[in-house]
Amino acid sequence: MSIELQHISKTYGTYQALRDVSLSIKDGELVALLGPSGSGKTTLLRIIAGLDSPEQDSRSRIRFHEEDVAHRPAAQRRVGFVFQHYALFRHMSVFENVAFGMRVMPRKLRPAKAAIDSRVHELLQLVQLDGLGKRFPSQLSGGQRQRAALARALAVEPRVLLLDEPFGALDAKVRQDLRAWLRRLHDEIHVTSILVTHDQEEALEVADRVVVMNHGQIEQIGTPEEVFHKPMTRFVMEFLGQVNMFRGRVQAGKAMLGEVALDGHYFPGKEQGAAMVYMRPHELDIKLYKNGAPSFPAKVTRINPAGSIAKITTQTTDGQNVLVDLSLEDYQRLSLSEGTHVYIYPKSSRVFLPEYEI
Amino acid sequence: MSTSRTTRTILPGFGLTMGYTVLYLSLVVLIPLGALVLKSGSLGWHGFWAAAWNPRVIASYELTFFTSFVSALINAFFGLIVAWTLVRYTLPGKSFIDAVIDLPFALPTAVSGIALTAVYAQNGWFGRYLEPLGIRVAFTPLGIIVALTFIGLPFVVRTLQPAIEEIDRETEEAAASLGANRWQTFWRVILPTILPALLTGFALSFARALGEYGSVVFISGNMPMKTEITSLLIITKLEQYDYAGATAIATMMLVASFVLLFAINLLQWWNGRKFRGAV
Amino acid sequence: MSVGGSSLAGIQPNASLVGDDITGRLKRATDESKLVKGLLIGTSLGFLTLVLFVPLVAIFAEALRKGIGVFLASFTNHAALSAIWLTVLTSAICVPLNVVFGLASAWAITKFQFRGKSALITLIDLPFAVSPVISGLIFVLLFGMQGLLGPWLRGHDIQIIFAAPGIVLATLFVTFPFVARELIPLMQEQGTDEELAAVSLGASGWQTFWRVTLPNVKWALLYGVILCNARAMGEFGAVSVVSGHIRGQTNTLPLHVEILYNEYNFAAAFAVASLLALLAILTLAAKTVVEWRVRREYAQALEPTGAEE
Repeated sequence: MSIELQHISKTYGTYQALRDVSLSIKDGELVALLGPSGSGKTTLLRIIAGLDSPEQDSRSRIRFHEEDVAHRPAAQRRVGFVFQHYALFRHMSVFENVAFGMRVMPRKLRPAKAAIDSRVHELLQLVQLDGLGKRFPSQLSGGQRQRAALARALAVEPRVLLLDEPFGALDAKVRQDLRAWLRRLHDEIHVTSILVTHDQEEALEVADRVVVMNHGQIEQIGTPEEVFHKPMTRFVMEFLGQVNMFRGRVQAGKAMLGEVALDGHYFPGKEQGAAMVYMRPHELDIKLYKNGAPSFPAKVTRINPAGSIAKITTQTTDGQNVLVDLSLEDYQRLSLSEGTHVYIYPKSSRVFLPEYEI
Repeated sequence: MSTSRTTRTILPGFGLTMGYTVLYLSLVVLIPLGALVLKSGSLGWHGFWAAAWNPRVIASYELTFFTSFVSALINAFFGLIVAWTLVRYTLPGKSFIDAVIDLPFALPTAVSGIALTAVYAQNGWFGRYLEPLGIRVAFTPLGIIVALTFIGLPFVVRTLQPAIEEIDRETEEAAASLGANRWQTFWRVILPTILPALLTGFALSFARALGEYGSVVFISGNMPMKTEITSLLIITKLEQYDYAGATAIATMMLVASFVLLFAINLLQWWNGRKFRGAV
Repeated sequence: MSVGGSSLAGIQPNASLVGDDITGRLKRATDESKLVKGLLIGTSLGFLTLVLFVPLVAIFAEALRKGIGVFLASFTNHAALSAIWLTVLTSAICVPLNVVFGLASAWAITKFQFRGKSALITLIDLPFAVSPVISGLIFVLLFGMQGLLGPWLRGHDIQIIFAAPGIVLATLFVTFPFVARELIPLMQEQGTDEELAAVSLGASGWQTFWRVTLPNVKWALLYGVILCNARAMGEFGAVSVVSGHIRGQTNTLPLHVEILYNEYNFAAAFAVASLLALLAILTLAAKTVVEWRVRREYAQALEPTGAEE
């Protein structure tokens, strides 16, 4: 294990930012901490970096490579931290920014000047900023600043690279490019990395594993595929991607939505109770007529075909909005228009019972 | 741009207010200052030079510049600590302390002068304890430095406070995560960031000290060649009806102030330019 | 200088800055260690005590040293009363004049575009760069016996120097920028939108000024007035040059302090000084309150763009 956190809690005044969080991260992994603002993800990152300290707890541990670093100040943890707003030293050139970490090393560890020079050039090349070393941060674009900040963090050969919403302040296009670039970079240098983000797309695209956080707790840890397709909690289901939510019930161990029994959801021994039924827009199909399969009637209220799929908004007879994603071919074949009466067929779904959740 | 320019002319009163501004400025400031220029011009080169550059005057220049410089240095050092303390730490009575920083602005200089003398004179509150140690404050250049330090302190503190408030805490955290200890962070990251403000505060404090009169005359002893500052020398010349001498010396001082003012403006421009495009 | 010399260690490199804080709570990465923090606070308070607090306390202590009777007697003689009167009079003339100038110049500078604007702003700040003694001197050179207008004034039996008009003029010069320099930056920030709206709704120039502009800057104006008044009542150097120090006639309070002090009448000198110190304290108190209001005026000016300072 590269990084191990155990029983980390943090309270600011009366606000509990982290509740007894434990997390292990493997060597060379790129993990995304994903959650809404206030979920505690940044606090966790800052505690790993030593910028904040966790609450006193005899069970709490912070280990890097089996070494307990809980009582080491940030300066001695050898972490690379990349801030959302770059936090570049604006009175220093890009070169000096990158060299900073080496220049402040204790004299006996500090590389020779020539070694620092060549290392900085190497890093600037790595982040594709070679030739811009003499510029000042104010003379760089946002994407360039963030790459400079990344080079600066990598210069100290960190045991772990921590990225706090690194693309949050950038334009959508730049963000996309940098995201893909970061993934390639990670495949190249394999430094253990933790990325904090509130953007699920970013987390799913970049990370090896995703840690979904909410209210200071971890909701689920898994590969992007697992958290997206096999969400373990309602929160994860709702947070990752669009979702339609229905109030269903359990009857004789079977999940029911209206009069329709949902396939694949059995709760043995459960006779009666409320259930929440979730279906993603792509897990629903639209047909103009009723066939034998379970379905419910609805009316098309809005169509947005501008994209690789057609996004159809419908309204059920009891007034609930239901989103459906159709392939463009299906959409054209059905020749839908606003007001069309249709039937909606669930292809798959997820059911959560309140008491089944912890 | 062109729209705002045309719409601005819709507002009335430009002629009236501009006219009044220029008239009042001329009457109260420009014409009187012009009198000084005119008078010093009428002295002729030799007359001017003889009055503005003789041993007693030079001694006063040296004393004034030296004590102003030292007091500005003291203020830069302690002012930085005071400003840092006021911005970064929580203290009981902080807002009171913060308000009192401006006391030297608000207190008439004559009052400051006699108060400092009462404290630092040989038999004064502190003076009596310093005397046995061989430290004489009043009636020595040290006394002048004390007075000028008092007068200049708010300039440094008030210039530094906003600069320290604006420091991006994340750059300090970045420095820490890169392995810098607190001292390295201060020296390499914080100080360069606030250096323009510190220099500006220093220069303002220095400029104010150069022209200071009231707070100094009581504590300095006013001995020619030893503790006679230039401002006092001007008054002495006036009391002797030596208008030419007073004018020549005043002109020298005025030029020095303007050069400093220019330097301060340059500093502020540099400060604004260097960090434009916040990071 | 000996003051605080022992505290120089306050920001020396220090092992505890790096500090393996093994024992207890880890501080935030950007906090100083307790030791350094203590040293910095101690240095601060020590320095302020030596330079500011003790001298301030000394004024009142010295004023009351000979008892309350002597203290009160310092104010009840003709010379003191006339000094108070002249001080109040000077301020009563200078403050309104500078208020009118401040408003007029701020209106011209901030509501219109013209060439040489920044030069004009620099000229308004000029008196701040001029030593008080020189500020007095220039009026002597202009109106004094040997001054440019001296002979003409003597011919018409008008006395300016060594008389109240000279004192007013010198004070006017040194207090000149106070109101304007508070108003100009604020009104620049506020722009012209509200005035244009008022004019487009049919308001006259005066109505716009009284109902829109003035309410928007009232706290900054008051702030300028407070500072201007403090300086007007407290100015020493400039006034000293032009007054002639005629007791009971051309003495302001600060000059009166000087005379008493030079006559070794310390108790009376400090008694009068304590009155001025009290004024300074009131000024600081008012300033603190008003400053808060001015910050709100700035915040409101910035509101539409959502930016904060």
